Amino acid sequence: MIDLTAQAASKRSPEPLAAKGGDLAYKHRLPTRLWHWTNALAVIVLLMSGLMISNAHPHLYWGLFGANFDQLWFNPPRFPGWTTIPSTYNLALARTWHLFFAWIFAFGLLAHMVIGLANRHIQRDLTFRRADLSPAHLWQDVKDHARLRFPTGAAALSYNVIQKMTYVAVIFLLLPTMIVSGLSLSPGFNAVMHWPLDLVGGRATMRSLHFIAAGLIAAFIAVHVVLVVLAGPYNEIRSMLTGWFRVPPGPVEPAVARERWAPRIIGQYFARVERTAQEDAA
Amino acid sequence: MSGGIGRRALITGAVAGAGTLLSGCDRLGRDERFQRLLRTGEGGNYAVLRLLQDRTALAQEFRPDQRSPVFRMNGVRMPNGDDYARHLATGFADWRIPVEGLVAHPQAYSMAQLRAMPSRTQITRHDCVEGWSAIGKWTDVPLRLLLDRAGVSPQARFVVFHCADPQSNGTMYYESIDRIDAAHPQTILAWALNDELLPPGNGAPLRLRVERQLGYKQAKYVQRIELVSSLAGINGGKGGYWEDVAGYEWYAGL
Repeated sequence: MIDLTAQAASKRSPEPLAAKGGDLAYKHRLPTRLWHWTNALAVIVLLMSGLMISNAHPHLYWGLFGANFDQLWFNPPRFPGWTTIPSTYNLALARTWHLFFAWIFAFGLLAHMVIGLANRHIQRDLTFRRADLSPAHLWQDVKDHARLRFPTGAAALSYNVIQKMTYVAVIFLLLPTMIVSGLSLSPGFNAVMHWPLDLVGGRATMRSLHFIAAGLIAAFIAVHVVLVVLAGPYNEIRSMLTGWFRVPPGPVEPAVARERWAPRIIGQYFARVERTAQEDAA
Repeated sequence: MSGGIGRRALITGAVAGAGTLLSGCDRLGRDERFQRLLRTGEGGNYAVLRLLQDRTALAQEFRPDQRSPVFRMNGVRMPNGDDYARHLATGFADWRIPVEGLVAHPQAYSMAQLRAMPSRTQITRHDCVEGWSAIGKWTDVPLRLLLDRAGVSPQARFVVFHCADPQSNGTMYYESIDRIDAAHPQTILAWALNDELLPPGNGAPLRLRVERQLGYKQAKYVQRIELVSSLAGINGGKGGYWEDVAGYEWYAGL
């Protein structure tokens, strides 16, 4: 909204609070968009090459060490070729992919944090207001999510509280955990510092945590993509490519929005949930 | 507007995109230039870890009660061939380990001589590239002692370990390390594991321990130590068996 020309401003809504349904509004700035796609690429390559690395020894342990004779807590499945990079067994090549994209992932995240603080994206969009955290507001947000009721009007231009919580947890907790746990699997890095290993209880534990955190990232991606599809993929993806977002007119009938995008079975499920809720209310 | 992309087109697109991505990754992974690009990550890891590490920064050591109940044997457990069988039968009485190449005083050591030298005992963790790890107690002679006695030439940049175990393609195992790791206090030639002479499965009579790197660098059945200025002349030129045959990183600190 800052770098708008006057001409564009006349056609498009420059001020998010004044945005009305149907307006095009500038939602995502360039650094956010660049990081989003670079990071998406890095994370997908890391996940897929990581599954190949898991295939090399698909057993997870707790503690200082763990090998075939030791007590394990989980045997991950052998991941099929279409989920791994490369698609046929090659641990060396998977590691080469993994350790290259780890640099893009780690320094991308660092840059995102530094730029996000400098251009106040973090302070403005990812911090909680007192009102955000009131129990009534939280509960309303939970209900809106459960019913897939997407925000409309100006509210669609800022993150809702569950969205903020998720992004804060992913950016400041989950992704850094991934970096620290991955780095701590390196015997060379352990010689520099091994307090992260001591903190969690050893390398086998750290490897398990790395795997679990990867699972959480995969779960985040799945939910994220489903929500993008349900909220209107054209508009959402465009806003992450160009920055411009068409403000959904409100109040929209959630059933209408759903019917457009959700697979019918999901639509039917939520229609039933809503009917039951209405009957309960009546 | 928001109906610009239909649901079906979207799903078809996603599936096609994923398929292209996958086969694309395999093609890219085989492309030599792209592999070189990916391998800059390895170079970066080597440079950054060497920058962060004090040259003598120690790998973590553990208490005796923190050891693995069973120290896993991996790779070759009993080298093929009559030679090794004969040495095993005679308790490695005739096993000689020359230290040669770019040194002022080449010499060869018997196992009895090595065991009589000042030793170090360390309880460290072995991390396999595949992901498993095991903690064991090693007793050994520090590599640095042998190198100091041999008088390493300033031209020597790498220490190469030639081993007695033939691999599936017929070549004998070999590995190499740089002189920073060669001079490290925990870089040792181990002749005992958990207070007993090394069993054949763990590399009897002598194996390398270079504790700040992964398992495949820990060459077993060490038979000859050579100081060289370049790795180019050794088999495939990448400095180790797994490096040459499968493309594993030469610097295995990560």
